[in-house]
Amino acid sequence: METLLLISVFVIATCGLVYELIAGTMASYLLGDSVTQFSTVIGSYLFAMGIGAWLSKHISRNLVAVFIQVELLIGLFGGASAILLFAAFEHVASFRLLLYTVVTIIGVLVGLEIPLLMRILKDRFEFKDLVSRIFTFDYVGALVASLLFPLILVPRLGLVQSALLFGILNILVALLTLHLFSREIPWVRLMRGTAFGLLIAMTLAFAYSERLVSFSESSVYPDPILYARSSPYQRIVLTKSEHDLRLYLNGNLQFSSRDEYRYHEGLVHPGLAAVHNPRDVLVLGGGDGLALREILKYPSVQTITLVDLDAEMTRLFSTQPVLTQLNGGSLSSPKVKIISQDAFIWLRNNRRHFDFIAADFPDPSNYSIGKLYTTSFFRLVHDALAPDGVFVVQCTSPLIARKSFWCINRTLQEERFFTAPYHVYVPSFGEWGFIIGTTHPYMQPEQFPSGLRFMSLDTAQNIFHFPDDMKMVETEVNRLTNQALVRYFESEWGGYAH
Amino acid sequence: MKLTRREFLAASATLAAGAAVCGFASHPPPRRFTGKILGAGAKTGHLLRDGGIPPPSLNDRTGVVIVGGGIAGLAAARAMKQRGFDDFQILELEEQAGGNSTSGRNAVSSYPWGAHYVPLANPENRDLLKLFEELGVITGHDAAGLPVYDEYFLCADPHERLYIHGRWQEGLVPQVGTTSRDQEQYRDFFSTMENYRRAKGRDGRPAFAIPLDTSSHDPEFIQLDSISMEEFLRQHGWDSEPLRWYVNYCCRDDYGATMGETSAWAGVHYFASRRGLAANANSQTVVTWPEGNGWIVNRFRQTVDAHVRPSCLAANIEQDGRGVLVDYYDVVKKQTVRVTARAVIFCAPRFVAAKVIRDLREKSGTADAFTYSPWAVANITLKSRPAGRGADLSWDNVMYSSDSLGYVLATNQSLESHPHEAVITWYQPLSDKPPREARMDALATSYDTWANRVVRDLERAHPGIAEEIMQLDVWLWGHGMIRPTPGFIWGKARQDALKPSGNVFFAHSDTSGISIFEEAYARGIAAAKQVLDHLKHS
Ligand SMILES: Cc1cc2nc3c(=O)[nH]c(=O)nc-3n(C[C@H](O)[C@H](O)[C@H](O)COP(=O)(O)OP(=O)(O)OC[C@H]3O[C@@H](n4cnc5c(N)ncnc54)[C@H](O)[C@@H]3O)c2cc1C
Repeated sequence: METLLLISVFVIATCGLVYELIAGTMASYLLGDSVTQFSTVIGSYLFAMGIGAWLSKHISRNLVAVFIQVELLIGLFGGASAILLFAAFEHVASFRLLLYTVVTIIGVLVGLEIPLLMRILKDRFEFKDLVSRIFTFDYVGALVASLLFPLILVPRLGLVQSALLFGILNILVALLTLHLFSREIPWVRLMRGTAFGLLIAMTLAFAYSERLVSFSESSVYPDPILYARSSPYQRIVLTKSEHDLRLYLNGNLQFSSRDEYRYHEGLVHPGLAAVHNPRDVLVLGGGDGLALREILKYPSVQTITLVDLDAEMTRLFSTQPVLTQLNGGSLSSPKVKIISQDAFIWLRNNRRHFDFIAADFPDPSNYSIGKLYTTSFFRLVHDALAPDGVFVVQCTSPLIARKSFWCINRTLQEERFFTAPYHVYVPSFGEWGFIIGTTHPYMQPEQFPSGLRFMSLDTAQNIFHFPDDMKMVETEVNRLTNQALVRYFESEWGGYAH
Repeated sequence: MKLTRREFLAASATLAAGAAVCGFASHPPPRRFTGKILGAGAKTGHLLRDGGIPPPSLNDRTGVVIVGGGIAGLAAARAMKQRGFDDFQILELEEQAGGNSTSGRNAVSSYPWGAHYVPLANPENRDLLKLFEELGVITGHDAAGLPVYDEYFLCADPHERLYIHGRWQEGLVPQVGTTSRDQEQYRDFFSTMENYRRAKGRDGRPAFAIPLDTSSHDPEFIQLDSISMEEFLRQHGWDSEPLRWYVNYCCRDDYGATMGETSAWAGVHYFASRRGLAANANSQTVVTWPEGNGWIVNRFRQTVDAHVRPSCLAANIEQDGRGVLVDYYDVVKKQTVRVTARAVIFCAPRFVAAKVIRDLREKSGTADAFTYSPWAVANITLKSRPAGRGADLSWDNVMYSSDSLGYVLATNQSLESHPHEAVITWYQPLSDKPPREARMDALATSYDTWANRVVRDLERAHPGIAEEIMQLDVWLWGHGMIRPTPGFIWGKARQDALKPSGNVFFAHSDTSGISIFEEAYARGIAAAKQVLDHLKHS
């Protein structure tokens, strides 16, 4: 019996640390800045444990029964903690409050555990033995937890299931204790009933959570999934590893936080810096606000109109702390007006003119998106450009999809654009292409805004040069009636998992 | 217990499966869909036959009465208006003008009820080129003088796919599972058609032209009218099954008749008459809109709608001294009006003329050579776009093993980058029985039966599509299209039908023998000119 109880100590110690690690990880995932988040979560947790330990002295009767109740509560709160926090991810305003409430509740309960257990066991061991054994098991449990967590739990089970698993362990400890002391405690039946009820609920949740974030989906992404949701238009998935936050739309990588600055500086500056005193800017697509971040580096810019179909994207990227840290809160700038509409349809009704227009659409991998790269679409863009305006469009990889890239160039020329194709190396994408379209021949900028990490006058010297393996090829013009681009794109990317 | 529709369907499917397994029923019970049968015209039209029309109780007077507000009637009206003449009325038995080019719309899209496209205009078809310019379909010309078409009106890619052997292929000419012999016959067939397309007769005219009366009268080509398209294939030794399927499909698609019932001249005309050119599209491209040719109808209506008398059935037309008396029955007011006019442009079909125009009625047999194929058309609004294995959803989607012609995607011209819902227009010429029988069967069939027929057909390529259906309406065209049976196009009956009867001039597209927009339009404006000249001289 004593051994069994000591094993319980080991189990609850592991559980206690796992919950702490889960809360800390969630906080750094969802709020960014892992050092601060981890230390404040751990601090609050330890402090709450202190409160628990202090409270334990006020418990004088039915020690075992209280211990069992504490275990059940820890099982419930700890087990459900990750689900609760994930659910709260959507409601950012209350996220911190919820986080620290959960941390405090679990901390207080965990703080109660060991003092109670010591008092329960005090008559069965000599004091020095008791202290020594309990703390040995406690610390070994902590070690096991800290090893299990990064090596097995997160990669294999994910946060939600790890939490549930340990919740189940807490409940099992409660059941074991109930079994051992069944003659010493009141309302055994009631407690046993509750324990079994919780056990079943947790096990179901464990089994169901597998489907919550479907296993097949999580195996598609290299990193743990932070957020996955289907908007009416696409499946939005954010993944997070220690140093990398990635956005996938319908399974296609949109950016990696490690190198997205290369992409977005490349998209915006060669074009925008070439405009004299830009005032009005239009961004088509780009609901992640990252191109906006770059555009806001030009003080002369007074209005930025962002047209992105998916309100879910712009909402996410204007409210989520990890994401607003990345885009500098650009979507909330008073200069920015967000319009949630299909770019083609919006542009067809547009009467305004813009000094700079950036099109940051997904690659033309299907006929519906291919329409955004046709003569008809580019004509609307041409009509919306101010006399000295500059247009830039992301054009997939000129290395992998050479014909696709030059087809877009040819299509722009068909619509009377002067074009300046260029390419930028983005490690997570590879060699990436953009094309600038202007109504007068394009002149390279004489200056870039300060504070850029990649684009500079030096860099800009090289990007317009295309080595032989990406040199221009003759292609058809992409029109609504022939969608030549989608056909090129399919055959060129066909061999790659895209 | 209340069942949702989905559960209900699932439950009934299970029941059906159970019943089938137990051998109680060989057909699943009909499923229910939201929608109805449209096209009140047939019922109103039957008033003519059944004699339920009261004697005239009102008199009216006008310059010209146009009977029928289809393309021909609207074109005639518009042409008169353009020439500054607007003393005319258009009698139309349906609630709105449009005829076979009528369209509908719902929250998802507009959609056609009949005609859905026009090919690029042939360079010699000046009138059509001019119309396209006036409507903004042609926006200008390039340096070489080729017309530039508005790309929003050119059929968006992908254009066509065929469901064959369990998957969709690109294009309608069967490729999957064909042998080298089939391919050889394809090559032969298409190069023969290409030769006809370039051919000129000894009279210097193109062998096959649009409007068709401008074609060469060279007997070398005209003689093709005496045999059927099936016979034509046989004479060339083209017996490839997929080729025969394809040619038969084309005859049914264009004329609603099988290749055995279609004149070879008409069959070849389809492949050999289209020489349209555009600066910004290849010559196979067609002009189309979500509402099909209803777009043109609506543009025409903008100019002439004030002259249209909807729900008015021309019941009797007779010569009266130097003028014409037209009695029409107003279905809404339930009264008959007698209009005295100086002339009539008759833009309703010949079989109607034979009942309504007294001179023809008395001669009898004047419409006997005119046979019409009945058609069923369904518009189906879907929660999601019908995909399937293989080629992507296209504008025209045909199924190899089906009696229907498959469906056209009304939402094909949508510019949305993430389209969800879709409206598809399903077509079936009822060519499996003689027209009269097929027509009576079709009209006697209930909505539920029609809806289930349509859905079962679609399920060949789209299992589970029933679940996606939000609305399914059906339109039955009793006399959908004139059939160019052998001998009809270059025969006497059609020539007779083109001659005015007194002050009544004829313009319906059936007097061309093939029913296409270009014919209806050409006949309409020609009749307008004829009538105005006639009025000037009398
Ligand atoms: C299912 C279907 C699909 C088609 N698809 C195409 C296509 O894709 N492209 C194409 O070019 N063509 C197509 N057609 C051919 C189409 O018929 C022509 O394009 C064109 O619309 C014919 O016009 P119309 O004016 O000659 O005849 P109709 O459209 O037949 O017009 C005759 C009008 O007269 C009215 N009417 C009849 N009797 C009376 C009366 N007694 N009193 C008053 N009004 C009367 C009718 O209601 C009708 O509105 C299709 C036809 C059908 C049936």
